[in-house]
Amino acid sequence: MDLGSALWNGLAVFLTLCIFSILYKDNPFYKLAEHLVVGISAGYFAIILYYNGFLPKVWVPVVKEGKFYYLIPTILGIMMWTRFSRKWSWVSRYPIAAYMGIGMGLAIPLTMYAFILTQLSATMQPVGFANAKLINNLLVAVWVLCGLIYFFFSKEHTGAFGWAAKIGIWTLMVGFGAGFGVTVMGRVSILIERFEFLVNYAKALIG
Amino acid sequence: MRSNLHLKSLIFFILIFLFWESSSFAQEDLSQTWFNPHRANMLIFLIFFFAVIIYFIERAKKGKSLFIRRIAGLDAIEEAVGRATEMGKPVLFISGIEDVDQIQTVAAMIILGNVAKMVAGYDTPLLVPICQPFVVPVAEERVKEGYASAGKPEAYNRDNVRYISSEQFAYAAGVNGIMLRERPAANLMFGSFYAESLVMAETGFSTGAIQVAGTANIHQLPFFVVACDYTVIGEELFATSAYLSKEPKLLGSLKGSDLTKALIMGILALGVVLETLGITHFTRWFYIE
Repeated sequence: MDLGSALWNGLAVFLTLCIFSILYKDNPFYKLAEHLVVGISAGYFAIILYYNGFLPKVWVPVVKEGKFYYLIPTILGIMMWTRFSRKWSWVSRYPIAAYMGIGMGLAIPLTMYAFILTQLSATMQPVGFANAKLINNLLVAVWVLCGLIYFFFSKEHTGAFGWAAKIGIWTLMVGFGAGFGVTVMGRVSILIERFEFLVNYAKALIG
Repeated sequence: MRSNLHLKSLIFFILIFLFWESSSFAQEDLSQTWFNPHRANMLIFLIFFFAVIIYFIERAKKGKSLFIRRIAGLDAIEEAVGRATEMGKPVLFISGIEDVDQIQTVAAMIILGNVAKMVAGYDTPLLVPICQPFVVPVAEERVKEGYASAGKPEAYNRDNVRYISSEQFAYAAGVNGIMLRERPAANLMFGSFYAESLVMAETGFSTGAIQVAGTANIHQLPFFVVACDYTVIGEELFATSAYLSKEPKLLGSLKGSDLTKALIMGILALGVVLETLGITHFTRWFYIE
């Protein structure tokens, strides 16, 4: 390992151990790592915004390519900054309204397609008890209905409706349990990678 | 005037939708068509959805009573604030990591206003670490309004609403630091969260705080369920904000979405019966190429 790699990797090892030290209790090393990551991320994202946002989306199109219509979103973006002024904060409502309106206009049809119509057509399957596939389709249909009933807010969850809502929440919890297990497996593999990094660094130092 | 505004909004959405339709999903030549007949089912659904929401919003504005069942998470929020007051420790409110244009952040801000009103009444400090810069003035305004409506505007401390970092895990590290140093007795986490949710929830759990969380990001709900005392699941977050604020637009939207849900349940039940009988024409109408 050359000196440069040893120093930079050594810093990474030190900061990793600083963060791990929180498992014991709060201490100056954790505070150092925490303040470092907060400060560096602020500076890093400021530069990212300049090189990935301002330059390709404002400077180059307007100044180099002469696409002056890019000034419209630029002015809207500048108007957003008035949010921080008590006197002029009302100006920021216009770009926020445009931003939210366009965002919703694009998001709503996509959500309708992906989460409602596609799910509906996939759930409406033949049901029965003749084979495993039909039983599976029946269970999916019942659980989807019960899940929807749980999120129905216009009626109290009493009587048969309440029982259906209970089945719905149990269904959700089973799904959450499966999701939790999958994600924890992913997080553990990230932890394993970090430990491998620490071990490999120690091995490289010792030679 | 307001009906015209809603009509204009509807036309705007339809135009955006038509524009999206003609420009995406393998439409190669924009000049050929402004309307894709294969997506007519989605247009009808959207029109119905907007129509019922606008109808219920107008009903709510006219003062008609719209029933919404009480969300159990509301009792948990009051219990958490009460506990923090008894222990003489602050309440920590985390509004997620998304910007103010996200609906979950808007819902979180509404809940924040009501929590601010509660804590102002009890003289309990309220800490609000923020991830996105543009959320800061919105949060400041909500907290200030909450204190003012409780009759204690002088108790509002601007320094308690703090910007931490826009970077996900830098924000999580900052929030963890606040939890470990300030030792809030109640952590309220409402909004849009991603991988940092478990990091923050576990740290809060380790400090012994009572935790109430709510998010519509389904992948993060399992972590809140295991690490928090109470979790507001998915759409309950929006129902909580509508229930607390009693704002006609929120109430009307919730009732409209309830009616749409009822329609979807009916379609689902009918579709399953027809498919079982071998009639597939109905369900094919919901299929999008």
